[in-house]
Amino acid sequence: MKLHEFQSKQLFARYGIPISKGKVASSPEEARAVAKELGKPVVVKAQVLVGGRGKAGGIRLARTPEEAEQIAEQILSMTLRGLPVRRVLVDEAVEIQAELYLGLVIDRARRRVVAMASSAGGVDIEEVARTAPEKIVRVVIEPELGLREYQARTLAAGIGLDRALWTSFTQIALALYRCFEENDATLSEINPLAVVPGPALLALDGKMIIDDNALFRHPDLAAIRDEDEETLAEREARKYGISYVKLDGSIGCMVNGAGLAMATMDIIQLYGGRPANFLDIGGGASAERVAAAMRLILSDPNVKAVLINIFGGITRCDEVARGILAAFDIVRPRVPVVVRLVGTNEEEGRAILQGAHGVALHTVTTLVEAAQQAVRLASDASHPE
Amino acid sequence: MSILINRNTRVVVQGITGREGQFHTQQMLEYGTQVVAGVTPGKGGQWVLGVPVFDTVREAVEATGANCSVIFVPARFAPDAILEAADAGIPLIICISEGIPVQDIIRVRAYLDRQGVRLIGPNGPGLITPGESKVGIIPGHIARRGPVGIVSRSGTLTYEVIAALSQRGIGQSTCVGIGGDPVPGTNFVEVLAMFEEDSQTELVVLIGEIGGTEEERAAEFIATHMSKPVIAFVAGRTAPPGKRMGHAGAIIEGGTGSAAEKIAKLESVGIPVARHPEEIPEIVAARLGIRS
Repeated sequence: MKLHEFQSKQLFARYGIPISKGKVASSPEEARAVAKELGKPVVVKAQVLVGGRGKAGGIRLARTPEEAEQIAEQILSMTLRGLPVRRVLVDEAVEIQAELYLGLVIDRARRRVVAMASSAGGVDIEEVARTAPEKIVRVVIEPELGLREYQARTLAAGIGLDRALWTSFTQIALALYRCFEENDATLSEINPLAVVPGPALLALDGKMIIDDNALFRHPDLAAIRDEDEETLAEREARKYGISYVKLDGSIGCMVNGAGLAMATMDIIQLYGGRPANFLDIGGGASAERVAAAMRLILSDPNVKAVLINIFGGITRCDEVARGILAAFDIVRPRVPVVVRLVGTNEEEGRAILQGAHGVALHTVTTLVEAAQQAVRLASDASHPE
Repeated sequence: MSILINRNTRVVVQGITGREGQFHTQQMLEYGTQVVAGVTPGKGGQWVLGVPVFDTVREAVEATGANCSVIFVPARFAPDAILEAADAGIPLIICISEGIPVQDIIRVRAYLDRQGVRLIGPNGPGLITPGESKVGIIPGHIARRGPVGIVSRSGTLTYEVIAALSQRGIGQSTCVGIGGDPVPGTNFVEVLAMFEEDSQTELVVLIGEIGGTEEERAAEFIATHMSKPVIAFVAGRTAPPGKRMGHAGAIIEGGTGSAAEKIAKLESVGIPVARHPEEIPEIVAARLGIRS
């Protein structure tokens, strides 16, 4: 689960990290009031969970409250990469002397949290990693010890930071680590961490990703989840314990197991089609689950054919076949359906599927056949004779 | 021979009185696995399917000599269950539970490293040594004994490959599901090293997916440390970046983890990568010199 910039910065502030002064606004009038209250030029920033807001015109400077209102009106009517901008952050504009990067990430290969800093802040850290990897300094954190002061100093020295700022940098890094650990983040970053006149350090932008698996112990964070992060169908799927990701092809997929679901999408593409979704139905494949999955798949108007690919291991294929037929009575597919059942009792399963009425059902045995058949049916539907 | 488990493995099931635990205990017993004990705090003294239940793993180990644990408890209790097993002296822990927070696993794994305890999973199907023992949830009847080692980040996709190999007359030495989490207890490289040393294993099938750099590191290890042939498959060529595909670890993020990069790396060191799962048995048969 991603946090917005303003949510991340509020959290940072609670840990004692200095952040720029400002408030979130959901209307142009509110933006104007915030700007007036700050009494200085402000930066109006779209609060939307995608990267590249600046390049898309979602971050702009306003010199007066009136200008802030106008700009907020424009930004609040924008859609960035498909996501509507519902709120803007109105922050005091500051004089920036230098932009640094400070972040914490999970290093999967090392099985450790790693702290990273760079003197090249203000741009995407992945871009820096590609173009100037020598500008990134890392320290590996032992879970029992946490980030230590000497490690934070190693980062400060490594990025050539002015010694006058080391104490402040170290305090910020340690606070960011506490914030990361206590909130079960998988990513926390301050980018840019600005050097402002004084000199002093100020977190101008922040990003946090919270581990979905840990939300059960962070009800406060779960409550502020932005529903725009997921589509309606993805949210609906989650209720049924189904993993669903919408894609833009025409062949709906219903598969048990995440790996097999990806392999099914891939083979559709290999045979010239395009998958409409990723869908892992989870264990069991009962009638209710199959029906819920079918409803999700058919809610996408682009779907021209459905491919059901189930490996019956412990749940036998005959049980799965009965579940599929019962599901068709609840949700009748409007497009042809290709079913591949393999594993335990697969022949019995296929025989049961022969009893389907009122559905254009095609049973196949191999994955290649399944893909070829689904691709053909979807393309027939798109180009009727 | 085989790796990790064989007919002498003595298994304790943590969470044996739960629905999943009980169901899979029955499946394991039917397969011939020596399930010697179960643990559910507060239910010590009961019996499940003829297996004695204990309150703690320590009691179970003292009474039965269990040397392997399989965990079926809900995710929020799983880190504790793993630590309890390690503390009781169990050297091999298989965790089936899905949904453990990644920072918990990092802490747990750091402790296990110091104790010299091996963890397989979490969020995986466990493992099977055909004809001897299965620990976890892999359907037993699809596997048959033979020369192919399988290591995978997936569940049903692995079953699919096991079944297809068996149908083609090609058996397996041991099949290991390392799980779909971003930080697995045991990684590809560690399992590959075990297969390299195993006298029964002649060839290894590696089933990867998007996310992280496990496959890339496996490719480097195979190129520099392995004499046995390895065949690979990587799921998720069509997965979009930034979206989690079911498994917590299956996500292309921060510019790494795409299937294309993994496939390119594997192929660059001469490892054949199947385009789809049904190609695997044919490639394996050709490598082993088996004719249809």
